[in-house]
Amino acid sequence: MFYREAGDFKTSYTDDSQTFPIKFDRYRYYVVLAVAFGIIPFIINDYWANALLLPFLIYAIAAIGLNILVGYCGQVSLGTGGFMAVGAYACYKLMTAFPDVSMFIHVLLAGGITAVVGVLFGLPSLRIKGFYLAVATLAAQFFLVWLFNRVPWFYNYSASGQINAPERDVFGIIITGPNAPAWATYLFCLIFLALCAVLARNLTRGTTGRTWMAIRDMDIAAEIIGVNPLKAKLTAFAVSSFFVGIAGALFFAVYLGAVEVGEVFGIQKSFLVLFMVIIGGLGSIFGSFAGAAFLVLLPVVLKVVGVDVLGWPTDIVAHLQLVIVGALIVMFLILEPHGLAQLWRVAKEKLRLWPFPH
Amino acid sequence: MLDAADGYVTEDGRQIGGVVMEMKNITLRFGGVVAIKDISFDIREGEIRAIIGPNGAGKSSMLNVISGFYVPQEGEVWFHGAPRPQMRPYEVARQGIARTFQNIALFEGMSVLDNVMTGRLNYMKTNIFQQALWKGKAEAEETENREAVEKIIDFLEIQHIRKTPVSRLPYGLKKRVELARALAAEPKLLLLDEPMAGMNVEEKEDMSRFVLDVNDEFGTTIALIEHDMGVVMDLSDRVVVMDYGRKIGDGTPDEVRNNQEVIDAYLGVSHD
Repeated sequence: MFYREAGDFKTSYTDDSQTFPIKFDRYRYYVVLAVAFGIIPFIINDYWANALLLPFLIYAIAAIGLNILVGYCGQVSLGTGGFMAVGAYACYKLMTAFPDVSMFIHVLLAGGITAVVGVLFGLPSLRIKGFYLAVATLAAQFFLVWLFNRVPWFYNYSASGQINAPERDVFGIIITGPNAPAWATYLFCLIFLALCAVLARNLTRGTTGRTWMAIRDMDIAAEIIGVNPLKAKLTAFAVSSFFVGIAGALFFAVYLGAVEVGEVFGIQKSFLVLFMVIIGGLGSIFGSFAGAAFLVLLPVVLKVVGVDVLGWPTDIVAHLQLVIVGALIVMFLILEPHGLAQLWRVAKEKLRLWPFPH
Repeated sequence: MLDAADGYVTEDGRQIGGVVMEMKNITLRFGGVVAIKDISFDIREGEIRAIIGPNGAGKSSMLNVISGFYVPQEGEVWFHGAPRPQMRPYEVARQGIARTFQNIALFEGMSVLDNVMTGRLNYMKTNIFQQALWKGKAEAEETENREAVEKIIDFLEIQHIRKTPVSRLPYGLKKRVELARALAAEPKLLLLDEPMAGMNVEEKEDMSRFVLDVNDEFGTTIALIEHDMGVVMDLSDRVVVMDYGRKIGDGTPDEVRNNQEVIDAYLGVSHD
């Protein structure tokens, strides 16, 4: 009824392989872009930016990155927090070493450095799979956090052991530090998210994505029909870490401003992003957005409802959040392993036929 | 009728060319178990070559040796007149050898179209940066290969399911999609591991027709393993018979049918 593809014909294969083959989807996408770029920056304030929008944008980038590795290539990783830390510290070192260079370049370079580190820690994936690989990436997580804690060079020998983002700008607009305006930080992160989403979509719909999915679905058959497993797995680790590194750099420089590595990029961060990917939907870019939005919104909604409306104590609400997230993970794994993205797909199938399902 | 150097003419009048692949004294062992014992045979250009034998005879192992998945302890695989160095399976695939599997090995999470497109990996030349940008070379390459894939989808009559996830398809169609994926590589040598296993009579007829059509239309050399004797005798030009890892017969279907050792292997022989 509302949602239909009837009459939407394609006359070339190029048209058929575009990101949103259905016209309705395409227009909705343009509307979302227009609102995100054209309206929100004018009405945003500090509360919205810091409580909701910035974490959503940054976690969405991290979730896309992890989804490429786990959802598309089937290589389980528990090292996301560690790789985000690599992005953050790379960005910090670059910011302090080259204060005059644009933040854009710093964040991109931080992603690049994380990609290299990711490939390094991805090497074991050529030999081990599944749980064992998860444990190997877990080792990466702990090693990287330990490294950034123990080697003073990474935090420029500061007394506290923390890293603090100095004030930097892009084209004269302050992006980092306490004086950065909310709309500028928002737009800065949004541009990276849009960029990452488009890149991820292009990669996953083409040859690279097919080699990743082939490795995920049946690695032996993939190799026999011509997939180089070494190349497929390492590119997945590289691209994934690139996105995760960008997310880490933004998380530190734009969102938090000051970071103590064990607290911010600990194992909880790895699990949080993994939960986003699982709840959102493995192997779906949209799912990464949905999962990030869900897990960023949940605590805020719980706080508003629990503390502000019902007047419950804060610690009970905080614990309640853990219970709900845990229950949701179990429910999704049992009932809908493909997450929110699959629920959305099913809803669309139903809408196509509504109100006459036969 | 076998002419050693330049091939031969089949009963139905097709000209078979020179040797494409030659197995020379292949021996394959798994620990103490000898799966293949000193086997030699050749596959000629344009022919349909069957490998048959009772269960556990080593047929699938033989196919795995050809596709580079197993490395034989002794013997050489000659491809296009030169011994093939030891290489990884994906490198063998790049040389133009494609195969299907006994237990369907499709990528369940992908659509039929994506599965078949994966078969064209050897023709994908753009690098990851070009693909990330999409516009330009990557898009052109995608469209170009899509055209080639659509021809095969058309040929195998699976147009109606091209966007369906493979996991939703019935068995018979999955087998056909797997053949499509192998054909998409435009292989010089196509290996089929029990293409008709588990099918009913109609599906077998369909599949036989496709195998013959592929051979006829694209001139593809085919080596297949099959248990259904009727199918094998009708389809193939020459047959290798294996039993307990040894070769016990090699020749045209008629020659093989009348070979005493083959009859013994299949029907059993009294030991008194």
